[in-house]
Amino acid sequence: MTEPIIYELSVSGRSAAHLPALDVPPSPLPPAHLLRRELDLPEVSEPDLMRHYVRLSQLNYSVDTGMYPLGSCTMKYNPKVNEDAARIPSLLNVHPLQPAETAQGNLALMYGLQQALAEIGGFAGSSLQPAAGAQGELTGILMIRAWHRARGDTRRQVILVPDSAHGTNPASTSMAGLRAVEIRSDDRGNVDLEALAPHLNDQLAGIMLTNPNTLGLFDEHVCEVCRLVHEAGGLVYGDGANLNALMGIVKPAQLGIDVMHFNLHKTFSTPHGGGGPGAGPVGAGERLVDYLPGPIAVRKEGREGDQARYTLRMPAHSIGRMKAHYGHFAVLVRAYTYMRMLGAEGLRASSEAAVLNANYLQALLRGVFPLPHDRTCMHEFVLEGRLADAPGIRALDIAKRLMDYGYHPPTNYFPLIVPEALMIEPTETESKQELDRFASALRSIAEEARREPELLHNAPISAPVRRLDEVRAARDLVLSWTRPTRPAED
Amino acid sequence: MATNIPADCLYAENHEWIRVAGDTARVGISDHAQDELTDVVYVELPEVGDSFAQGAPFAVVESVKAASDVFLPVAGEIIAINEDLADTPEAVNEEPYGKGWFVEIRISNPDELSSLMTPEAYAAYLETLG
Amino acid sequence: MTYLPLTDRERVEMLARIGVPSTETLFQAVPEEVRYPELRLPAPLSEPEILAELRALGAQNVAVTDRACFLGAGACNHFVPSIVAHITSRSEFYTAYTPYQPEISQGTLQVIFEYQTMIARLTGMDVSNASHYDGATALAESLIMAQGVARGRRSRAVLAPSVNPVYREVARTYLQGTDVEIIDEGCGVTPQDWAAAVDDRTACLVVQTPDFYGRILDLRGIAEAVHARGALLIVLVDPISLGMLVPPGALGADIVIGDGQPLGIGLQYGGPYLGFFACRAEHVRRMSGRVVGQTVDVEGKRGFVMTLVTREQHIRREKATSNICTNQGLNVLAAAVYLSALGRSGLSQVANLCYQRAHYAASAIDALPGYSLDGDGLFFKEFVVHCPLPVQELNRRLLDEFDIIGGLDLSTVEAGRERDMLVCVTEMNPRAQIDRLVAALAEVAK
Repeated sequence: MTEPIIYELSVSGRSAAHLPALDVPPSPLPPAHLLRRELDLPEVSEPDLMRHYVRLSQLNYSVDTGMYPLGSCTMKYNPKVNEDAARIPSLLNVHPLQPAETAQGNLALMYGLQQALAEIGGFAGSSLQPAAGAQGELTGILMIRAWHRARGDTRRQVILVPDSAHGTNPASTSMAGLRAVEIRSDDRGNVDLEALAPHLNDQLAGIMLTNPNTLGLFDEHVCEVCRLVHEAGGLVYGDGANLNALMGIVKPAQLGIDVMHFNLHKTFSTPHGGGGPGAGPVGAGERLVDYLPGPIAVRKEGREGDQARYTLRMPAHSIGRMKAHYGHFAVLVRAYTYMRMLGAEGLRASSEAAVLNANYLQALLRGVFPLPHDRTCMHEFVLEGRLADAPGIRALDIAKRLMDYGYHPPTNYFPLIVPEALMIEPTETESKQELDRFASALRSIAEEARREPELLHNAPISAPVRRLDEVRAARDLVLSWTRPTRPAED
Repeated sequence: MATNIPADCLYAENHEWIRVAGDTARVGISDHAQDELTDVVYVELPEVGDSFAQGAPFAVVESVKAASDVFLPVAGEIIAINEDLADTPEAVNEEPYGKGWFVEIRISNPDELSSLMTPEAYAAYLETLG
Repeated sequence: MTYLPLTDRERVEMLARIGVPSTETLFQAVPEEVRYPELRLPAPLSEPEILAELRALGAQNVAVTDRACFLGAGACNHFVPSIVAHITSRSEFYTAYTPYQPEISQGTLQVIFEYQTMIARLTGMDVSNASHYDGATALAESLIMAQGVARGRRSRAVLAPSVNPVYREVARTYLQGTDVEIIDEGCGVTPQDWAAAVDDRTACLVVQTPDFYGRILDLRGIAEAVHARGALLIVLVDPISLGMLVPPGALGADIVIGDGQPLGIGLQYGGPYLGFFACRAEHVRRMSGRVVGQTVDVEGKRGFVMTLVTREQHIRREKATSNICTNQGLNVLAAAVYLSALGRSGLSQVANLCYQRAHYAASAIDALPGYSLDGDGLFFKEFVVHCPLPVQELNRRLLDEFDIIGGLDLSTVEAGRERDMLVCVTEMNPRAQIDRLVAALAEVAK
């Protein structure tokens, strides 16, 4: 029972539009060559439309369906009050180009969030503009580049990227016109100081550090790495993807990070939306704060008794605008709601619980699958999805079988430095009972891998579809629906 | 199944083959390489007239989950590309030394051919890779 | 107030299982001198308290709700049918992530496939991606793509000066680290002038129609001229206008981009919006951003997967077409629902309402003493009015005395245009509102 494509439900003459009639005397239309002749959009009734999308929604697995331990994605529960907050008409029905004096409430909210993020990161300021984590990275690298150039230093073209980094790190570096150079990790999963040494020279623009890194480990060399890079004249970008382990535990700036993005859709509980929109605000220390993209909200204290006023301003040496307007405001409202409800203690408690949950789950799974870096983890850890006594089984098979147990699989095949990686991030919003159930599902799958590997190779069997032919999708590209041609009538 | 290593080609360390005919040659990837890549879904080829140094990346071969650079075994100018690969990338898997060829080049410096492996040497090389 | 389920007793059991005495022990890798800093944040709030605070903030705004709004310039007050929010509020959609595991993400994947289909049809192009962040970043990405198509051998990009100035600024920000030279000044005023500025060092020409000032461009022959120079034609459009106007694909465009904000997304004080992006099939591998393709499962059943992933950052890393690793998922859903709800006749009807009401407003304002329309060209739903007094002052009076949000003060984006107002009229502005605006403009000019 596949769900039809919306066009397959279309019947000529139907509509779900309920629009006003024309109430002005008609003006002549533009000349015919400027007008379109046909418009191939679906024609459906409102009930058909509703049912179609409700049925599609039911084909999805989501955080509200069950545990979603997708490593590095922080699939924590998305509080429902956030959603109500982001639908308050007096906040959301405001045009972004209205004069600042008519958007004081929104600017106050933005300012409050900017300040909170700066405080949590230990930074001098922040910009809410970047649309996503990857855009935050590009922002940070452009800021580092601009800082060097402002000092007349144009030779610094190299950004160091650890081999455990997300692919966005080298891609962002290339987009910024700089050269990504990979450096390896040592046996404990830290940046290898020996590998770092030869790059500490006058070509070095900076380094991108994810801490905790994608192995879920707090880098034991982080302060040393930052110090060495600074001494060599470089700056340090922090990839904040894994900040969920560290809120109120340590301020990244105090480790030596100069600029960092926050993933509000991970750490600050805003929903992932099926892949977006998220938000990737960037915080910066004293050296880079004036290079932030903008405009950002600024506060002017009122004279005695008067209320403070808020305006928008470009930072003094801003790299420019990363997107139109000021950021993903509706996402910012959700993050602000979360931050204000938790407060300092709640944020810290959340990070502590995220790390406790991950370590507990790691303890439950030690010995079930190989654990290549067996040390205290932060908010996530990485297993190898392979078993010596079940040679035909790969991480992919384990991931697919987990679906039959009612779970979303962990991230697999990342980080690249662990063969057959299964990267597990339970988050703080899962209960001990859920972690116990998830661990027993994996134990049971490990048993099946030995006794009945076909169960894994054929998985999933209970999902809406079985394994899909990705080779066919890539070779015979079908990227839009085409209307079947009617058989010719005799 | 033993990997196919035709006797009429020379081989490079990154698993490209070259079949020389006078001052021109055809280039593709070896049977071993196509097997490692799994199903090839796309090959990005250079344009006729482009020139590359020995060992320079001149094409990209893609499977579903990976994209790998392909390196020119000897320096040369591209004089033809296999346009059929656009519609039938599976030819690289099915006939890596035949219909799955990538480009034809005019060899810039024939001396460079001596740096490549003979079929026997390539077979031994594959053994060392395990 | 947290969302933590663990009880104190469970924590003790878990710590025992881990084999550490306390939670703090888990953080020993964090240097002690910086561990557990003080966070100076406002005191936590309960659910009713935060909602009250947010509503109090909202009370300090002037919202467009129940107010006449004539402000556009890239974000317009269009109607959002009720069904859109009802579907985007389904948490099976909004609490899922990127469809990495297609077997349990068919809902999201099929939505994207349907969206790609509708955007391709709407723009008249072969293929669409799953979206970029907004219209401005879609423009920046299109310039990078044009570089890719030219294999990095053409370092110039000509942008019509009537392309949204903020978008041009974003493109400059994106490309500041590259060798790409953006030419958007001194290249003339007509599409023919811009096409003539394209030379063999130019990768692309970007035009916007209706342009930033609302004018509909006649692009006949432009694609041919640009192609004759070996460059690409990129067209930036308002998707609502495509309910009436010829799609760029029919004019020979190679890439069509725009902001999907009017497609059921709302104003949201600037975001999140939706950058739609469509191109010709021959260039699909140079297009950045996620793409969903149709295939079958092992039983032959139709299904959808993310495809062409080798272009993307998680595989190609520093050689990727872009660093983007998401799309505007939930807004893609909103746009798909919006376009399906309106359908063939509904989108035409919205376009016609915008066009007719804008023309009604324009001629009424033009007839007022002291006001005149800028130019006599064709326009769609926006137009520029020369005003008898500075727009900043005029807008303040419109709001204070008549509760009307006026059009854009063009001096905020272009020096020296203090008396020029960019007025936007949509299906949300009934005749009575327009009449009220005209009367108010007459009044303040006295």
